[in-house]
Amino acid sequence: MNKNTDYWKENLRLVAILLAIWFAVSFLFGIILVDTLDAIRIGGVGLGFWFAQQGSIYTFLALIFVYTKKMNDLDRKYDVHEDDD
Amino acid sequence: MDLQTITYTFVGATFALYIGIAFWARASTTGEFYVAGKGIHPVANGMATAADWMSAASFISMAGLIAFNGYGASVFLMGWTGGYVLLALLLAPYLRKFGKFTVPEFIGERYYSRTARIVAVVCLILASITYVIGQMKGIGVAFSRFLETDYDTGLYIGMGIVFIYSVLGGMKGITYTQIAQYCVLIFAYTVPAIFISLNITGNPIPQLGILSTMSDGNTYMMDKLNLVVSELGFNEYTTQVLGSKLNMFAYTLTLMIGTAGLPHVIIRFFTVPKVKDARATAGWALVFIAILYTTAPAVGSMARLNFMNTIQSGPVGEVTSNIKYENRPQWFKNWEQTGLLKFEDKNGDGRIQYYNEKNKEFAAKAESYGWKGNEMIKVDRDIMVLANPEIAKLPNWVIALVVAGGLAAALSTAAGLLLAIASSISHDLLKGIFKPDISEREELMAGRIAMAGAIALAGYFGLHPPDFAAGTVAIAFGLAASSIFPALMMGIFNKNVNRTGAIAGMVTGIGITMLYVFQHKGIMFIPDTSFLGGMSPNWFFGISPNAFGCVGALANFAVAIGVSKMTEAPPEHIQHLVEDIRIPAGAGAASEH
Repeated sequence: MNKNTDYWKENLRLVAILLAIWFAVSFLFGIILVDTLDAIRIGGVGLGFWFAQQGSIYTFLALIFVYTKKMNDLDRKYDVHEDDD
Repeated sequence: MDLQTITYTFVGATFALYIGIAFWARASTTGEFYVAGKGIHPVANGMATAADWMSAASFISMAGLIAFNGYGASVFLMGWTGGYVLLALLLAPYLRKFGKFTVPEFIGERYYSRTARIVAVVCLILASITYVIGQMKGIGVAFSRFLETDYDTGLYIGMGIVFIYSVLGGMKGITYTQIAQYCVLIFAYTVPAIFISLNITGNPIPQLGILSTMSDGNTYMMDKLNLVVSELGFNEYTTQVLGSKLNMFAYTLTLMIGTAGLPHVIIRFFTVPKVKDARATAGWALVFIAILYTTAPAVGSMARLNFMNTIQSGPVGEVTSNIKYENRPQWFKNWEQTGLLKFEDKNGDGRIQYYNEKNKEFAAKAESYGWKGNEMIKVDRDIMVLANPEIAKLPNWVIALVVAGGLAAALSTAAGLLLAIASSISHDLLKGIFKPDISEREELMAGRIAMAGAIALAGYFGLHPPDFAAGTVAIAFGLAASSIFPALMMGIFNKNVNRTGAIAGMVTGIGITMLYVFQHKGIMFIPDTSFLGGMSPNWFFGISPNAFGCVGALANFAVAIGVSKMTEAPPEHIQHLVEDIRIPAGAGAASEH
């Protein structure tokens, strides 16, 4: 039982970190800080605008694949993974 | 070959393909009807999920909203992709481990209550039907253009095709068909974008095109667009906000949690063989979705630029800069026929003046030019994507391809949603609650009748949609966000939330959201039936009704946790159930109970 609790705690920590990044690239960079970041210009658009319409989406993708990789490792570490074929 | 013939050929060929696949993979058992067997690879499932997900709202409507709202439309881009992060991290693997067919089934079992299951079914149906209404608007637009009829006729024909198509297949048919539809729609979306990006900026990659300079000079494309729109009194493209920053925050959050609460998307994660695959499927789905979503800002901004330049071809104020109405291009005439584009020669000079008459400063200037008001009295934003290749003068086959792509997007999502509605009525209500001894045959039949009813209802509302396709769909997300997502998330992450809490939370969440939406848009979207009299628009901190779902969701969480504290804790076996779904080991195939 203890093992499962540790697994769950580690899972929650990973999810919390990833969701913090999720919040930062979309709500923080794309909306709240957009005017400040727009002072930095890349190719005719502000960085805030770029995050809102492009950057956040690329980050979301990376987040899910990092999560998948890390969770699969975690499953093995705590030996709670599904049977392999 | 003329445009009409090529369009018929493209649409006909793709439809033949879908129907062929649907027939070949026809569902024969209820299991196949709902979840398509177990053998679907995450990449294939991700692709089908993407097609299921990207609807008329994404394909037809979103770039139009971007074109006219600029930065403000970022809420759709972030909202409809960021939700997949929530789905992958918070729901998908656990729901897969739980291993049942439908979302209400999970809620009913986790909260050990048939009432909870019924409440979940009602919430699911409300959200899904609203979503289908949005699809119907998109289908109406696409068919009216394709068949060159008015919008209403286009809608009726579209309803007929959706009916034949989705009632036949079931999930197994739908999954394979959706893979084909994804290929058609993504090809149809990116090909014109590449052409147009190449035309305007010389860069073939649309995502880089928006960061490049114009091919005929040193100005950045976005700077040029800002200049063109603000010269005619419109808001600057890259800085205009949607309502307010707070509204944009709420809007984005609502779309994100709504994404993770939409039953037709969640249902996808029941169809993968393993928990591991459920995580990967969310990632692959987002890869395929991101291809379209990162292209959309280019499609929107470049369409706006071309559209403005067609009407206002030279310096503002010079008479000859404004195009003569009799010289208007063919696409203009075609769209006039649908009633979605309207011109009125207010100053009787035979030329078209298109500007922002609500901008007082510019309106005064316009008067000095002899302009008597904005003469483009209707520009339905939903036409932009379909009109885009014509405006950019691309070859006919590209235009035909876009029509076929738009139809693929609308059909694939409508089918997925109708399936979610059918399964909740036949599986959750009939088999689960009212008539447990129903035979498989009868259950399938009930599901098909439910689909037909849903199409008729959605078509009826589609005649007078409450908003643009994407706006209507946003309301559906609000409903899902405020009811289903919190119930699912608490079901997994909080062992203490009990039956009473969950039911009270769902009812509060969806209740608040619906009251706010109906107060602004009329009861059941019938205009002028708002019941609290003349309240100022968006009175709650300036949050628009479309963005209100996250407020409902917060209320849902608060009420559910509060009520659970005051009432009896969930029984022992439920605590074990929650502990069990948190761990991947021992996940069997999805099964009947």
